[in-house]
Amino acid sequence: MTGPIDRRRVLGVLAAGLLARRLDAQQAGQPGAADPLPRPGVVGAPRRVVDSVQNDPQIVAVERRLRCPCPCGLDVFTCRTTDFTCTYSPARHDEVVALFREGKTPEEVVAAFVDRYGEEALMAPKPEGFGIVGYLLPGAAILTGASLLGWYILRRSRLRRAAAGAVAVSDVSPAPVPDIAGAADRETAQDVDRLQRALRDLET
Amino acid sequence: MNLLGQFALWAALLISIWAVVLAFSGQTVERAEVARAVRRAPHAASLAVWIASIALWKALFAHDFSVEYVYAYTSRNLPDYYLFSAFWAGQKGSLLFWALVLGSFASLAQIVTPPRYRDLLPTVAGVTSGVLAFFLLVMLVGGANPFGQLPFVPPDGRGLNPQLQNPGMVIHPPMLYLGYIGLTIPFAFAIAALWHRRLDSGWIHAIRKWSLVSWLFLSVGITIGMWWAYVELGWGGYWAWDPVENASLLPWLTLTAFLHSVMIQEKRGMLKRWNVGLVIGSFLLSIFGTFLTRSGVIASVHSFAQSNVGYFFLAFLVVVGVLCYTLLYTRWPALEPEAQLESLASREAAFLFNNLILIGIAFSVLWGTIFPVLSEAVRDVKISVGPPFFNRVNVPLGLMLLLLTGIGPLIAWRKTSVPNLKRQFAASLGGALVTAVVLLVAGMRDFYALIALVIAAFVLGTVVQEFVRGIRARRRLYGESLIVATGRLVGRNRRRYGGYLVHVAIVVYFVAFTGGAFKVTREATLRVGESMDIRSPFGATYRLTHLGVSQYDALNRQVSAATLEVRRDGQRIGTVVSEKRQHVDSFGNPTFQPSTEVGILPSIREDLYVVFAGTVDFTERASFAITLNPLVWWVWFGGILLVVGGLITLWPGGPGMAPQVTRVRAPEALEPAPEPVNV
Repeated sequence: MTGPIDRRRVLGVLAAGLLARRLDAQQAGQPGAADPLPRPGVVGAPRRVVDSVQNDPQIVAVERRLRCPCPCGLDVFTCRTTDFTCTYSPARHDEVVALFREGKTPEEVVAAFVDRYGEEALMAPKPEGFGIVGYLLPGAAILTGASLLGWYILRRSRLRRAAAGAVAVSDVSPAPVPDIAGAADRETAQDVDRLQRALRDLET
Repeated sequence: MNLLGQFALWAALLISIWAVVLAFSGQTVERAEVARAVRRAPHAASLAVWIASIALWKALFAHDFSVEYVYAYTSRNLPDYYLFSAFWAGQKGSLLFWALVLGSFASLAQIVTPPRYRDLLPTVAGVTSGVLAFFLLVMLVGGANPFGQLPFVPPDGRGLNPQLQNPGMVIHPPMLYLGYIGLTIPFAFAIAALWHRRLDSGWIHAIRKWSLVSWLFLSVGITIGMWWAYVELGWGGYWAWDPVENASLLPWLTLTAFLHSVMIQEKRGMLKRWNVGLVIGSFLLSIFGTFLTRSGVIASVHSFAQSNVGYFFLAFLVVVGVLCYTLLYTRWPALEPEAQLESLASREAAFLFNNLILIGIAFSVLWGTIFPVLSEAVRDVKISVGPPFFNRVNVPLGLMLLLLTGIGPLIAWRKTSVPNLKRQFAASLGGALVTAVVLLVAGMRDFYALIALVIAAFVLGTVVQEFVRGIRARRRLYGESLIVATGRLVGRNRRRYGGYLVHVAIVVYFVAFTGGAFKVTREATLRVGESMDIRSPFGATYRLTHLGVSQYDALNRQVSAATLEVRRDGQRIGTVVSEKRQHVDSFGNPTFQPSTEVGILPSIREDLYVVFAGTVDFTERASFAITLNPLVWWVWFGGILLVVGGLITLWPGGPGMAPQVTRVRAPEALEPAPEPVNV
């Protein structure tokens, strides 16, 4: 036979049931536990958990100016997010973070790297000293070439005009440039001739 | 079969040396039978190199690990198509592949060259045989023999580098080699013309298709190389200004300059010396690229293992360079121009400035590539020259070049009047101005990207204008439909309109390159079910949810695949999978370090580029590098357009390819050539 119902027990069971359902619901909506991989040996070295420092724009900007010493030829940021067998770029990243934590500015961090590892630590030479030659020479060569070319063509052009004046061929003037763009739609023989000239110009 | 291969290589070497000696002995001019024999030499040498190549392929497919090369680059479980491409995966095989293509091209040049240039062919055979002999010598004497034997037979090979196990690597090296090696034929004709003092425009016509074919292969090779780097290397870009990448760009730049300046020689009989110099220079740069790739003098991820082979190439480069430019110097007076430049506002001047910029870019790329070596020599300080340097120096030059791409075609030969200039440029300049306003209003503030897009609009406007003018003229003259008029216009001058399409492709490339300025990269570690957000420069928000890591075996590797579900602005657009691959040999032993396979969700606006960095404590909790790469799809589209344009230009027939020179000459008369007519 059943005895009198214990109100407190009933409420307790109901509360426990509700709590269990709520926990289930929470678990269903949340990320699952980190299950171990069946074959851990084939996914490479384990990774550190990415924190906000790794995406910090200031740190990323500095790392993009620093070269990873591994043979990849990439900057530290690109290498550490690409070549996961490289041990240099994560170490350089840690150094950058440590220097920022010391309160250094980006320029000071870069300077500290140059002090430590030499200019080779940079992705590009500094535009000073011999480095400036590297930056300026191609532009200077092209400017010199362009100036010489321009001077030569203008000189030829002037000589040609002078020669034209000497022979005084005043009746030889440039042929009028046919302008068919604004011509009326009527297809006169002259229009057809102009069109044919235009096509000849385009098709040869 | 290996012995046969070795024997065939020696036979090819002897035949080639014999052809060189005979070709330059003077006998070919005096005795027709000697000339005929020399002309047959490339066929015989090519046949021998084919036999050697088939022997190597047979060894690769038969897993003959007694051959050191087969052991070093393959394994028993390597798929067949990578057994095929393993031929050029290593230094020795790639040299044989070079010899194979060179032999075939040399033979083909003897067959397809029209009879009117036949008197140059024995010397052409001599030059190509000389280059072939050099490559064979490097292989047989320089320690790069692909048939070298191991003292024992290993049960399996070391396997192919995982980064080379990509379809791009089956296509990219052959395309690039076809381009590089194709340059040998124009070079051979240039030397033959100089040697025989046949310095009219004949040799120019004989090499027109060869230079276009080489240029097209180089372009395709470079673009596929960019694609391979993008999908395989995992750093989220396609061009890193690596020395080996630069080496492929150098001959492309000089050859592009030649393809423009040769038009001035055809039309006006000018720039003969410059054109010979460019052809020789392009060939030497292709050898320089080979030297860079194989010497180890400059560090690169793309280079072959360091060896003595590089010194052979350096010596060859110096000797051939000195000989060729000395020959050019001795023929200098015979290369007098037939006309003179008359005005800055002429197509010749525009093309000359275009050449100047192209050569300037080539110089700056070469300069940047060798600057670390120079710096070390001058200051004894090691430095690195990477993308920041090249971008700072080359981006302004590239934009100038793009601008000239639009200006050149609209200016008349000889001289253009100011009113005509105004008429020609009004529409395209208007279009560029509208583009600038729209971009500024839309909030674009990146200086170089803005300038690039405005110039791109200008160039596109000029090309459209040229098509519209021609089509409209045909329709008014002949009453043709739009499609027929377009087809016939292009068909009548394939070279010109194919060239315009190539210009459009270059515009598309430049527009795509501007996307690089807006690239966004973020790293994240996610548990299964966790999400991360990344905001696109176009304003959309991508949410990526980690679905888990699955592990399975496939072909010659053990795969760990991380899958992410992707939503853009709340809407599901698909899943993306990035993999870690552990390659194994046929016994299940690991052959290389685990490699990463990128997951890409492409779109015409931007690519979502996912790299599975690894796992935390060997659980499903995984780290990812996520990049949004704007406009990358357009790089590949530009490549396709470029191929189509190039093929139109190359397609046989049509007045544009006729050998007759349409030369605008006026030695005495003073009237300018007709200006372009507006229709």
